[in-house]
Amino acid sequence: MKLLILLVVVLGLVAAVQLSKVYQLSISLRGKREEDISEADNRLNGGLFLAFMVAFYVSFVVLLVKYGSYGTPPASEHGAAVDRLMDFNMAIIFVVFFIVNTLLFWFSAKYYHRADRKARFIAHDNRLELIWTVIPSVVLAIIIAYGLQTWNEMTGEASEDALRVELYSKQFDWTARYPGADGEFGQANYNLITPMNALGIVTEEGVAAALTEIEEKIAKVEEEINYEKGHLLAEWAAIEAELHDDHGHDGHGHDDHGHGHDAHADHGDGKQALEARMAEIEHMLESDKVNILTEAAYEAKEDKLYRLIRHRQRIQEIRNFDFDGELTAWESGMDDQIVKGEFHLPVGREVEFVFRSRDVIHSAYMPQFRAQMNTVPGVPTRFKMTPTITTDSMRTVLENPEFDYVLLCNKVCGAAHFNMQMKIVIESQEAYDAWMSEQGEFIVKEGSEEPEMEQASEQKESQTITASL
Amino acid sequence: MGAQAHHHEESFVSKYVFSHDHKMISKQFLVTAIVMGVVAVMLSVFFRLQLGWPGESFAILETFLGKWAPGGVLDRNAYLALVTIHGTIMVFFVLTGGLSGTFSNLLIPLQIGARDMASGFLNMLSYWFFFFSSVIMILSLFTEGGAASGGWTVYPPLSALPQAMPGSGMGMTLWLISMVLFVVSSLLGGLNYVVTIINLRTKGMSMTRLPLTIWAFMVTAILGVLSFPVLVSAVVLLLMDRTMGTAFYLSDIFIGGEALDVTGGSPILYQHLFWFLGHPEVYIVLLPALGISSEVIATNARKPIFGYKAMVGSLLGIGFLSFIVWGHHMFVTGMNPFLGSVFVFTTLLIAIPSAVKAFNYITTLWQGNIRFTPAMLFSIGLVSTFVTGGLTGIILADSALDVNVHDTYFVVAHFHIVMGMSAIFGMLAGIYHWFPKMFGRMMNTKLGFAHFWVTIVCGYGVFFPMHFVGIAGAPRRYYEYSNFDFLGSVMDLQPLISTFAIIGAIGQLFFLFNFFYSIFYGQKSVQNPWMSNTLEWTTPVRHVHGNWDGPLPEVHRWAYDYSNPVHDADFVPQTTPALSGEEVH
Ligand code: HEM
Ligand SMILES: [Cu+2]
Ligand SMILES: [Cu+2]
Repeated sequence: MKLLILLVVVLGLVAAVQLSKVYQLSISLRGKREEDISEADNRLNGGLFLAFMVAFYVSFVVLLVKYGSYGTPPASEHGAAVDRLMDFNMAIIFVVFFIVNTLLFWFSAKYYHRADRKARFIAHDNRLELIWTVIPSVVLAIIIAYGLQTWNEMTGEASEDALRVELYSKQFDWTARYPGADGEFGQANYNLITPMNALGIVTEEGVAAALTEIEEKIAKVEEEINYEKGHLLAEWAAIEAELHDDHGHDGHGHDDHGHGHDAHADHGDGKQALEARMAEIEHMLESDKVNILTEAAYEAKEDKLYRLIRHRQRIQEIRNFDFDGELTAWESGMDDQIVKGEFHLPVGREVEFVFRSRDVIHSAYMPQFRAQMNTVPGVPTRFKMTPTITTDSMRTVLENPEFDYVLLCNKVCGAAHFNMQMKIVIESQEAYDAWMSEQGEFIVKEGSEEPEMEQASEQKESQTITASL
Repeated sequence: MGAQAHHHEESFVSKYVFSHDHKMISKQFLVTAIVMGVVAVMLSVFFRLQLGWPGESFAILETFLGKWAPGGVLDRNAYLALVTIHGTIMVFFVLTGGLSGTFSNLLIPLQIGARDMASGFLNMLSYWFFFFSSVIMILSLFTEGGAASGGWTVYPPLSALPQAMPGSGMGMTLWLISMVLFVVSSLLGGLNYVVTIINLRTKGMSMTRLPLTIWAFMVTAILGVLSFPVLVSAVVLLLMDRTMGTAFYLSDIFIGGEALDVTGGSPILYQHLFWFLGHPEVYIVLLPALGISSEVIATNARKPIFGYKAMVGSLLGIGFLSFIVWGHHMFVTGMNPFLGSVFVFTTLLIAIPSAVKAFNYITTLWQGNIRFTPAMLFSIGLVSTFVTGGLTGIILADSALDVNVHDTYFVVAHFHIVMGMSAIFGMLAGIYHWFPKMFGRMMNTKLGFAHFWVTIVCGYGVFFPMHFVGIAGAPRRYYEYSNFDFLGSVMDLQPLISTFAIIGAIGQLFFLFNFFYSIFYGQKSVQNPWMSNTLEWTTPVRHVHGNWDGPLPEVHRWAYDYSNPVHDADFVPQTTPALSGEEVH
């Protein structure tokens, strides 16, 4: 390895020395000035422009023939319109591209410098300039009008009976949610996210489960703080000093950490309480819960505790929120259906996607449907479309029995961004109904086992990532 | 004003380091930018290796990147960091600081007939802020978690939350600090440029006689002064979200197993602020290049630039419009579709002044007598890339179409051709053209030819095929694509693209060698090697403080009297008084 670098460096030096020789030679041999470009050189460069132009155009055509389709044919209603608009725009820019580049390279080749010529002195021509202001304006007006018409169609309101599907992004996978029989999504709140409630859907059980979880976390951190060896020893020493001191002033030290220190005393039976606390500390020091933290780590734990308590407060606020007795919002979450790994849509039915994000901005990109929308934490977004070709038909069209539609992430979101995908299946209404009936309803169960679906797909993701490394 | 420049002895430090002289500062900017450019090109070769041959081991990666490329395979986080820093350096350090810093500094005083910038001291400060900002950006590559990795646009929440990715830790903080320093540098420079152009023009140099370079630099500086402060506010708010627990850009976030205590902010706010700078920024990059090429093309076609007034008008038009198009980067953020329509309209309007410029360049060549100096080759290349890349902008500006190609390789192709290649070509044209003015020596012409042809072939070879990759649906900022078979055969283009990238990078050695070697050993320059009309060529080859040994020159005509039939010579310097009866511009 080192040898290789050395070799490269040596070669580089040799090349540089050679170059400098050629350089010096070319100056002295020609015996002329750098700024005097010979007629031969001028003709050569002009000719090279033409040659370059031809090569450029030929490669363009080859690329166009080989790779010029827009990936797969459009699989949605507006997708077809988008492709038509694309064809239209492409046609215009091809024409302009060829005309302008040809003029540029052709003029360059034609008017190379000759000593016996003089350039034509022409500083401006209002008529010409008007022409190339007006023509582009007209063409652009058409482009704008056509483009905005398509834009308005694709961004209009979704119809009443559109199927609604929520796509939820997080580092680094997608989850789809269907509203269930009632056709309405349950409310969601990021404070309620737990392993069993990955979307943070608001239900009474969901709130309760989140509270239980947060309480457990708080208890755990509290324990870690309370059983920190250094702080326990310090407290013990402080109490001992105080007892010997006989001054009887109040125990300070570490009561600011508060929890579980209620042994701190009133004046009356102060001494007794202190002794009890000492015994307690001795007992605690013997338990296997004792742990040792650096001062920084200890402070981090305290911070964490503070944040957890704030989190608990927010959950309690949700629980206490008064919906004027109308709890339907809470209930409509109960029958929501949540799927991972792949999601299905019936062909020919309009679907309105609602996008939410858990952590950072992602982008739901479905290239075969010519559809894309960012998912933004805290700001729900929408996109509607009507799939027109089932997965099976597309497989036939592409003569690829393996083909699948995909949902990709198209906004950089971290290390595994490049592999954040979900399969989309487009199928007949019957097949869709059958699939849907197999999907369980969303219910937050008490207890700690994780829903199977989630585990399975998480595993799958990590597998594909390791496989790809 | 003293006619004679003062000739006091100077120490090394005051001459080469803390110089107040605009010519020296210009060289400082240029050399810094070249160093930064080399770094950015190397980073791109590194990640192009991964994209061309995913998963394959390259010893060179491990040599340079160490733990970021264990076993010679680029790490996934490192990939994103390299892409991010590559983009940041190219856009800001090479094509903003480097391009404007070099040529605005060199040419503004020389071409308007001023002894120096309005404030030499601020000018020096501008360079040193730029320098330290560059150093910090490079240092950020060596932080524990790696450099900023969220893309050159550093969108929050990704960039705001250290737990979101390793690059959002220390690396991100350094990125933000570097950016603030950078903006200070740009503002100091920009204000200085504008003030100098407005106040220090020599006798006879009316605004309508300014060379187009100066017009371009002025519009650029105004854009910078108006838009960079907005970037600072965006960046400062982001810093506060990162360090002080504010939530300007954050809301309802659950990450790292924890529900964050943030509500009410909006990540989209950042994007509005960022692109309010971001779009003018692409013109801050491009306009100086257009100004340089106007000058180079007129000089070497031996013809007046066609449609001077229209060229100035379109510069102003583009400058103005660039402030009301930023939303075209945000069509798929959930923005109100009607607002989207407005941005479609304003964005496509920019195509009109752009078209005017392109046609005017081409007409300038028509019936010219074209000398293909290396600078001229690059300027013609610029016109081609400006047109080719600008045209795909029409697709991106059409919101209905952008939905499908937003953030794909199609965008990468678009902005690299229209902004990357054009501006780099303009910068190189400027270097070849004004090298004699900067260093008193000539660069080698033949090496210049070789450099140009390698660069344009490889440039198009890299970016043109990317259109097809993007249209097939390949997202940008992906570490690899092997998990998607719908992309199919388009991915065969990846090794080809990477090969062009490597050859193109190596081809830049022609330039680097030529540049540094010629500084010391190049042929001595004559006073006006290109037989040009502008004032900088009336100064002595040897640099003097105050630029002109004698009194300041007086201007009697515009800069574009090439091949004027009234005169015998094929060029008429701006200092030439009107012949009797001649109607001068
Ligand atoms: C002429 C100089 C131009 C420069 C320097 C330039 C540069 C850029 C850059 C840097 C991007 C960034 C993409 C990203 O990182 O997401 C971009 C995107 C874009 N450009 Fe340009 N551009 C230019 C001309 C145009 C023109 C003439 C149009 C329209 C007619 C246009 C329309 C767009 C649009 C709509 C996007 C957003 C695409 C997307 O994010 O999907 N640009 N351009
Ligand atoms: Cu992503
Ligand atoms: Cu823009």
